[in-house]
Amino acid sequence: MSTPLLQMSDVWLRLPGIANRPILAGVDLEVAAGEVVGLVGESGSGKSVTARTALGLVPRGAQVEGRVLVDGTDVLSAPADRLRRLRSESAAMVFQDPRAGINPMRRIGDHLTEAARFAKRGEDVRAARKRALDLLEAVGLPHPERHLKQFPHELSGGMLQRVMIAGALMGSPKLLLCDEPTTALDVTTQKEIVSILARLQQDEGMGMLFITHDLDLAASVCDRVHVMYAGQVVEHASAKELFASPQHPYTAGLLASTPSLEVVQERLRPIAGTPLSLLADPLGCTFAERCDRVMEGLCTTQRPELVEHGDRADRCLLNQTTEVAG
Amino acid sequence: MTALAPTAVVGRARFAKVRAFGGDWIIWLSAGVLVLFALAAVFAPLIAPYDPEATDLRNVLAGPSGDHLLGTDQVGRDTFSRLVYGARTSLVGPLAVVAASTVLGVLVGLVAGWRGGRLDSVISRVLDIMFAFPALLLAILAVTLFGKGLVAPIVAMSIAYTPFIARQVRGLVIASRSRPYVAAYTVQGFSPTDVAVRRVLPNISPLILAQATVMFGYALLDLAAMSFLGLGVQPPTSDWGSMINDSRGAVLLGEPLTAVVPSVAVIVTVIAFNVLGEELGDRIARRDA
Amino acid sequence: MTALLEVEDLCKTYRAHGHEVAAASAVSFRLEEGGSLGIVGESGSGKTTTARMVVGLERPDSGRIVFRGQELSSRPRGRSERLERARAIQIVFQDPYLSLDPRVAVGAAVEQVVKLHTKLAGADRRRRVLDLLGQVGLGEREAGTLPRRLSGGQRQRVAIARALAVGPAVLVLDEAVSALDVSVQAQVLNLLTDIRELTGVGLLFISHDLAVVRYVCDEALVMRSGEVVERGSTAQLLSAPQHAYTRVLLDAIPRPA
Repeated sequence: MSTPLLQMSDVWLRLPGIANRPILAGVDLEVAAGEVVGLVGESGSGKSVTARTALGLVPRGAQVEGRVLVDGTDVLSAPADRLRRLRSESAAMVFQDPRAGINPMRRIGDHLTEAARFAKRGEDVRAARKRALDLLEAVGLPHPERHLKQFPHELSGGMLQRVMIAGALMGSPKLLLCDEPTTALDVTTQKEIVSILARLQQDEGMGMLFITHDLDLAASVCDRVHVMYAGQVVEHASAKELFASPQHPYTAGLLASTPSLEVVQERLRPIAGTPLSLLADPLGCTFAERCDRVMEGLCTTQRPELVEHGDRADRCLLNQTTEVAG
Repeated sequence: MTALAPTAVVGRARFAKVRAFGGDWIIWLSAGVLVLFALAAVFAPLIAPYDPEATDLRNVLAGPSGDHLLGTDQVGRDTFSRLVYGARTSLVGPLAVVAASTVLGVLVGLVAGWRGGRLDSVISRVLDIMFAFPALLLAILAVTLFGKGLVAPIVAMSIAYTPFIARQVRGLVIASRSRPYVAAYTVQGFSPTDVAVRRVLPNISPLILAQATVMFGYALLDLAAMSFLGLGVQPPTSDWGSMINDSRGAVLLGEPLTAVVPSVAVIVTVIAFNVLGEELGDRIARRDA
Repeated sequence: MTALLEVEDLCKTYRAHGHEVAAASAVSFRLEEGGSLGIVGESGSGKTTTARMVVGLERPDSGRIVFRGQELSSRPRGRSERLERARAIQIVFQDPYLSLDPRVAVGAAVEQVVKLHTKLAGADRRRRVLDLLGQVGLGEREAGTLPRRLSGGQRQRVAIARALAVGPAVLVLDEAVSALDVSVQAQVLNLLTDIRELTGVGLLFISHDLAVVRYVCDEALVMRSGEVVERGSTAQLLSAPQHAYTRVLLDAIPRPA
């Protein structure tokens, strides 16, 4: 395998004064060309922060440690102009709320061609316009010519998200980070957007990091899925394996909490309690207080490491002690 | 790449803190100045070394000295004492204006915003028309009708300032009306008046207070202008506006101090009220965000 | 037998940008005593407009809402009519961050409703408040806190307790679990089924999520552009959808490959 497009190793992010626990506590993540990696977790798990940190976009006042390589560039130490170039040429991001990322006073066409001019300084306006038209067509918008002249408010959320995807692709990025790109949309629109993303990802051979809270969506879109909890990757595996046999109690709990379309459930088995507060910083496993398989005296005092088992890994003492025992 | 929301980059934390500290410093200074003036107004007889209306024609336009901290005016009155006593009329006037226009504005805005429909359209048109008249013009008009003094300008300006509060309250009430928590009160069976007055109003009152604070500064400025024009506070009562008016002759004689002292007082007070009002509004906005 | 709630031909048209949008056209349904009915649809389907008309927040252009055989007026007059309507139907909204008064502590929020609807006072009233909070899994500790100190799931529990404080016969849940994390959503869903068993309250459960509707409801409607396109038992809707749109909707739900 070639070197990954995105390589995060042991990334820590702290927000002193706001959070007692690290927002990211040793995140390892790799995305290779042509691969779709899922990042799932509940709110506060750190999945969005992970994606933003990958592009050097960290919250004000944050202390960051570790290494983040995007297409060979060290993001955390790169100068600002290098970072800007990286964000336009190597990597792009699509956000949950399409309206938050676009100037409501500017036409769609200006938004797109500006993105292109920014990315490739030499490129002239006509070439940028041509590319914008091609991309609008590629994301399935019916009248590219007309859309170029429209303002954001004239488009529905789903259409605007397509525009944002087109905008993200203007610079032909190798890596596409999608942060809950369909969460604000209806299911039928979601299906269309997801299939567009999947097609473009394959056509361009991009690496894609797909963030979602929807396990089923992650399973249907991604090759590999990382599950995050309280700033750590607690388990990762191929999508298929993860859902067939979750190894971490948190992953299992998430699956048991999700209402199913296929099977009749008498009662859901939710995870007890609430996601770990930013103010808590437990000594042991961050999931111990909610875990139904917690080993008293062990899980509450000892921080588990992410341990690999073949081509999957999890961060649970349960699986590590049984291994020792067996 | 364009879809990136603006976010700060590593290492900005220290600057943010310094700025926050700087901001606080100005707020405390503003609050301090206002408290100082308020205390001066309340305890004027204890603070002022001289009778503010006592003239001393042997000692006119004296410079600052041990006897007269800020010198004397063209008829030998102690400028410091007049400044201290002047705080009374200069602050009480705006207070009355702000209090009256806030009460009126809240009432009108609440009714218009909550009831909506045709009543709201009528009220809104009336407010639009009132906006067209500057407060000062209305005050001068009132003086020509009812005579000089503080009462007529205060009444006129109370009315002229009402639309500022009313429009804000109306907007806030309309925004609140679509809030789920307000809808929940309605569904629970609380009466519309109860919801508007006891549930919605307390939630928007901090913003109204912020607006009233800013308005206090403007009212002070307008009333000082009235006194400066000789239409407001009448001599020999001391007032910052009339002090500036009185000192016109002295300025021409090359003695600007008697004009500078009350002017600085007016400017500092107006700025202090503005800073506090804006900061209050910002903090509420940040809290609600 | 008269139904708990019978909605007949509700219509509502909005005028926007010069053209008319039918938010609801001839929406009819029946909710039996102790039953649970789901309304499924995407944005713009009219499901929320329907909910708002049912609780009296929106006035229908035409149509009737009949509660235990009595028509509910769309604009109650006077205190007793207002309270009566409130006791018929309560609602829990989607956004837990906007549906609680930010100034009112949790206990007080429930207490003011108890005060409005019962004659309980003093210690009795406080006991009732703690009972209600207990029903949704909140304790004395939360009673004194302001909403902003609570998590989304906790706030939604408060909203449910506050609605139950009225003692309603019908509880409308308008996307009430959509904004919650999966694990918390499951807790609230279980809570709703428990409350239904305990109090016999009828549920009108509005959601875009078919799986959630299946879990909570026996029967459901599928709405699209203001119209009911299909109705039936949830099991039947999922296993043998009749209308093309229901099939599209089902087909769009992501499933592990």
